[in-house]
Amino acid sequence: MSTAAQRLSYREACRQAIRAAIQADERVFLMGEDVGRYGGCYAVSKGLLDEFGPERIVDTPLSEAAFVGAGIGAAIGGLRPIVEIMTCNFSLLALDQILNNAATIPHMSGGQFSVPLVIRMATGAGRQLAAQHSHSLEGWYAHIPGLRVLAPATVTDARYMLQAALADPNPVLVFEHIMLYALEGELDPGVSAVDIEHAAIRRPGRDLSLITYGGSLPKALSAAELLAAEGIDAEVVDLRVLRPLDDATIMESVRRTRRAVVIDEGWRSGSLAAEVCTRIVEQAFYELDAPLARVCTEEAPIPYAKHLEDAALPQPEKIVAAARALVGGRG
Amino acid sequence: MPSLGADMEAGRLVEWRVKPGDRVQAGDIIAVVETQKGAIDVEIFQSGVVESFLVEPGREVPVGTPLARILGEGEAATAVPAAPAPTPAATVPPPARSRVSPVARRRAVELGVDLAALSGSGEEGAITLADVERAAAPAASQDRAGAMRRAIAAAMSRAKREIPHYYLSATFSVEPALAWLEAENARRPLPERILPAVLLLKATALALRAAPELNGTYAGDGFRHSDDIHLGVAVFLRSGGLVAPALRNADRSDLSALMHELRDLVARARSGGLRASELSAPTMTVTSLGEQGVEVVLPVIIPPQVAIVGFGSIVERPWVEAGAVVARRVVTASLAADHRASDGHCGALFLQAIGRLLQEPEKL
Repeated sequence: MSTAAQRLSYREACRQAIRAAIQADERVFLMGEDVGRYGGCYAVSKGLLDEFGPERIVDTPLSEAAFVGAGIGAAIGGLRPIVEIMTCNFSLLALDQILNNAATIPHMSGGQFSVPLVIRMATGAGRQLAAQHSHSLEGWYAHIPGLRVLAPATVTDARYMLQAALADPNPVLVFEHIMLYALEGELDPGVSAVDIEHAAIRRPGRDLSLITYGGSLPKALSAAELLAAEGIDAEVVDLRVLRPLDDATIMESVRRTRRAVVIDEGWRSGSLAAEVCTRIVEQAFYELDAPLARVCTEEAPIPYAKHLEDAALPQPEKIVAAARALVGGRG
Repeated sequence: MPSLGADMEAGRLVEWRVKPGDRVQAGDIIAVVETQKGAIDVEIFQSGVVESFLVEPGREVPVGTPLARILGEGEAATAVPAAPAPTPAATVPPPARSRVSPVARRRAVELGVDLAALSGSGEEGAITLADVERAAAPAASQDRAGAMRRAIAAAMSRAKREIPHYYLSATFSVEPALAWLEAENARRPLPERILPAVLLLKATALALRAAPELNGTYAGDGFRHSDDIHLGVAVFLRSGGLVAPALRNADRSDLSALMHELRDLVARARSGGLRASELSAPTMTVTSLGEQGVEVVLPVIIPPQVAIVGFGSIVERPWVEAGAVVARRVVTASLAADHRASDGHCGALFLQAIGRLLQEPEKL
């Protein structure tokens, strides 16, 4: 094993995570639409069928309800399935399985059954895939008790969150943002595991907190650089775990900076950003020095046209504008 | 509390330099006041005896608040009940409910700060944590550079919002002036040598005599010309920001005196020992970025003044004289002037006059 930092894409990190999990535990297998011969609709599982064979890399019929249900059954039966759903938009077809079975069975069985299931799905917009492939529904899933919802936004999290998710006896949903797959990053050779409990400070700052996750993290970091050029020192908080939220890290950040912009690619009304803002007001109202602000997706189905898609989504410029408004009267 | 700048609303009394019973002369420094531009010495404008103090050190009071009672010659001491200082609330009706951030409200209780006496720097005038902490801070401001930045921001925003600037610039040969100055400096001992900047300042001050529309202030009721020429000099501070204190009666000082005053002013600007009157006095300002290699400066007028001249670097350039191209040292002067007070014609004549004066340096 080389000890030098390894540079790889987020997609490659996801693939390494699946390979390592399959190699480490014979109960682990991957299933989903086109994960085998086609290599996954975002090419995450390319090559894995050749390496591990059709028992571990399972192409399924085009029925989300059926293969998610099969995954739940396999998990209850003692296996450790990784179910891939092409995009979270299609996961709605399996919503009954996810909510009424996966999230509920451990509760309704009084703990007699656990559901150690991991469902991976792509989320988000930015590649002109039009409305039925571009929505961000992780905020909906973060509403559901009984699920753990993860949003890896870095190569390291993409590489190591899966093993922690597989170790969880309850169902875990992993949302991989489509714009992150091609991004490259350094894999720290000193890290061999990550937790799935805590948010992370990706950039420390004094003047305000940019709280975000997933595909909006690179945008928030770019915004922080733009703000730095104006003399505004922004802290960037990566939520990482959307359910249960790590309130402690959020509040510590807000207590330091006293201002927050929450950036969420979900629609604004009833968004995860709304939940984060409410918690800040509930737990840290007296620490605030300015109103909270949100940068969310415009309330429309994601447009196909490039310029409209760009306009609908959170962008660094929108984040900068929101941040600037909050620190206008900074002391 | 004297006004030490057009945008100053309040100041904090840091210390008294006199005691009740002391005899004071007009011009004596009697107190130190902390403003956004730093600690400023306050002079007294009348002679007499200090009878009593009306404001204790550490308090921030609005501009115009009496600080002390001075008995003039022959005046008898009066038993005056300590008059309460007028508060801003007396003149400005307070809003129904002031906007105070949650953390600022909590901190104000902890620090015993009266929110009603604060004006907020936040969005729509909201009082922020920084406003409260500034109000509670001991005399020395916690964030001098930040306060300076805010003072500059306020003045420059006002300038660009209110003042219709027009800009003119002209390039002159300073070869005769520099040749004269080099010869002059060669005769002088080192400490008495004169910088080229002083020639530019003196020429500007003299040119102003013939351009009264550029020398003075603009207030609500229109332009007010000043008979005296007090030239503000922009001094860049190493800690960030700048101040522009006045060279008083710059048109009447000879070059040696002007050099001496300039050196003194820059030193005191940088050490924080400017006098109140020096900051509020300028009737027009000069800024120079020549040392930084800039050729043209398009400056922003400092309200309530109506004009500012920017000088660029003195650079050697091809120059046509009597039909021949020769190497000459030249400088570009740019005028930004308030179109409410003057017109371009006046500004053009003024720049022309500076250029003409520089051709006869011995007369400066």
